[in-house]
Amino acid sequence: MKIKIIIPTERIQNPIIAESMVKTGVLLNIMVANIDSTYGELIADVEDGHFNRIKEALEERGAFVSTLDQPIHRDEEECVECGACISVCPMKVYTFDEKWNLFMDDKKCIRCGMCIKMCPHQALKLGD
Amino acid sequence: MVEKSVQEINNKIKDGSVNVVTAEEMVGIVEELGVEGATREVDVVTTGTFGAMCSSGLMFNLGHSEPPIKIQKVWLNDVEAYSGLAAVDAYLGAAQISDTRGIEYGGAHVIEDLLRGKEINVHATSYGTDCYPRKVLDTTLTLEDLNEAILLNPRNAYQKYAAATNSSKRILHTYMGELLPKFGNVTYSGAGVLSPLSNDPDYDTIGLGTRIFMGGAQGYVIGNGTQHSPTNGFGTLMLKGDLKEMSSDYVRAASFTGYGSTLYMGIGIPIPVLNEKIAKATAVTDTDIITEILDYGAGSRDKPVIRKVNYSELRSGTVDIYEKKTPTSSMSSFKNARKIANELKEWVKHGKFFISTPAERLSKTDVVKPMKQTHAIPLVKDVMSDFFVTIEGKHTVREAAKKIWENSFNHLAVVSDSGELLGIVTAWDVSKAVAENIFDSVDSIMTKKVLTCTPNEPVDLAARRLDTNGVSAMPVIDSERHVVGIITSDNISKLLARRY
Ligand code: SF4
Ligand code: SF4
Repeated sequence: MKIKIIIPTERIQNPIIAESMVKTGVLLNIMVANIDSTYGELIADVEDGHFNRIKEALEERGAFVSTLDQPIHRDEEECVECGACISVCPMKVYTFDEKWNLFMDDKKCIRCGMCIKMCPHQALKLGD
Repeated sequence: MVEKSVQEINNKIKDGSVNVVTAEEMVGIVEELGVEGATREVDVVTTGTFGAMCSSGLMFNLGHSEPPIKIQKVWLNDVEAYSGLAAVDAYLGAAQISDTRGIEYGGAHVIEDLLRGKEINVHATSYGTDCYPRKVLDTTLTLEDLNEAILLNPRNAYQKYAAATNSSKRILHTYMGELLPKFGNVTYSGAGVLSPLSNDPDYDTIGLGTRIFMGGAQGYVIGNGTQHSPTNGFGTLMLKGDLKEMSSDYVRAASFTGYGSTLYMGIGIPIPVLNEKIAKATAVTDTDIITEILDYGAGSRDKPVIRKVNYSELRSGTVDIYEKKTPTSSMSSFKNARKIANELKEWVKHGKFFISTPAERLSKTDVVKPMKQTHAIPLVKDVMSDFFVTIEGKHTVREAAKKIWENSFNHLAVVSDSGELLGIVTAWDVSKAVAENIFDSVDSIMTKKVLTCTPNEPVDLAARRLDTNGVSAMPVIDSERHVVGIITSDNISKLLARRY
């Protein structure tokens, strides 16, 4: 599953991620990381069964962890299957099948929102 | 030589013996039977396209009110339509945006809402005459209540279209969608193998009066479209059709982020296979249709060509740009284009649609002229201030403070010994440094990433850059990076005040 980890300013100097991985032995596959000296936001993939353990370890060290279990939603009535969304998605969620139907592998979605701005038909939404 | 007439084909449609294929199917048929065999075998080739067609709109008649009004201005759901025609006729452009909701709702959305049977609020104003005394009118109506509701689209069904990419460092919001920085993607439009005009590039059968599939109903070509440019393969069509008969499957409003509203139209055109030349033309493939990838990063009319490309490459999902595989996005829907070509095929097959002979051919020689501009466009050098204050990077914050104070000027251009621009220091940077007790050299507190412009750049481009970056001033530099002036939002507002 995809999770979002937020590291607040006062903890940014500590190696929270590494410590949590070493402590729990749970591996995080980091997909997106926006970290500077004041704030950190990461998106990572973790095996479903390991989520609770790593969440606990991260939160003990001052991080905030949430799941990204609601991927991008497409309104099939509005969508005209143009494929405009395909080239802007960093995770390659969208592809065409051989009949030019739009196919979505929404498990890969990291909720970045790029495709929402691209869609000319306002067919895409991220809900909570 | 095989020759057929439109009359013969229509007789076959009537008796059900007509042979119709789509332009996609025709490729294989010509390959298999040869041009002559295919001409003998196939009577009609259907094409289709479904994409953004901004130059579309609705001509409508509201009927007369009691007391009557000669409408001078009219709004439909707060989207203004043009009503400088008689009393209750008006034209609503698909790209006109709502006065209250902006680009998320435009003329195209009103058209789709009408088509879906929704109620539309009409507000109209006038000056009042003896025969039309009323000055204000408000009513709510649906598509059914209009006397006529004719889609009259000045430029539809582009033969092909240039693809778009972006060399600049920021995301561009364009009518070709979101263009990612540094050639991050390529967007394109057009149905390639199914494109109507690409299947009849000499306009042998498509002309004024050609009956077509338009938005799910039967419509007509009423001439070449505006900006028709046949000499380089960018022909366009002007179309007309009755909105009341159309389907919302094929007439869809859209809104492009940061750009505006547009109408997605579904168009299909049947091409009668009258001779071998026409048969050969309808065997065109994606690989045969060549367009260009243009760089939208420049912001001027003449966009630099990055490379030539064919539709087969565009539709493969990636194209090479400077040796890098770059993902592509189609802005038009090939699936719907195919659906339209197939639906039109069924219509012809089942005797619901007859082929027409154009009353007049489309021009094959027109060229599109750029706008004649009689007023010189203002350049940065015409409005910039020559007065600006520089400071050398090695000078101290204290000296900077003194300069700002003496000249009562908010921005200092920080330059090197040889006068090249290094950065900018503002009064705010200086106060912040003072507050934090930093009294080092100016170059340690200046902003290094400075937006700049050049003296010969149009003011509108500089203004747009200030706007999108939310800054109030930019140094103007020459080719050696020497500061020659400064342009501020103040300079620009003064210019605009003169222009309007
Ligand atoms: S951009 Fe929007 S309309 Fe086009 S395929 Fe993607 S979701 Fe559908
Ligand atoms: S939100 Fe981002 S990751 Fe998810 S589908 Fe859209 S572009 Fe792809």
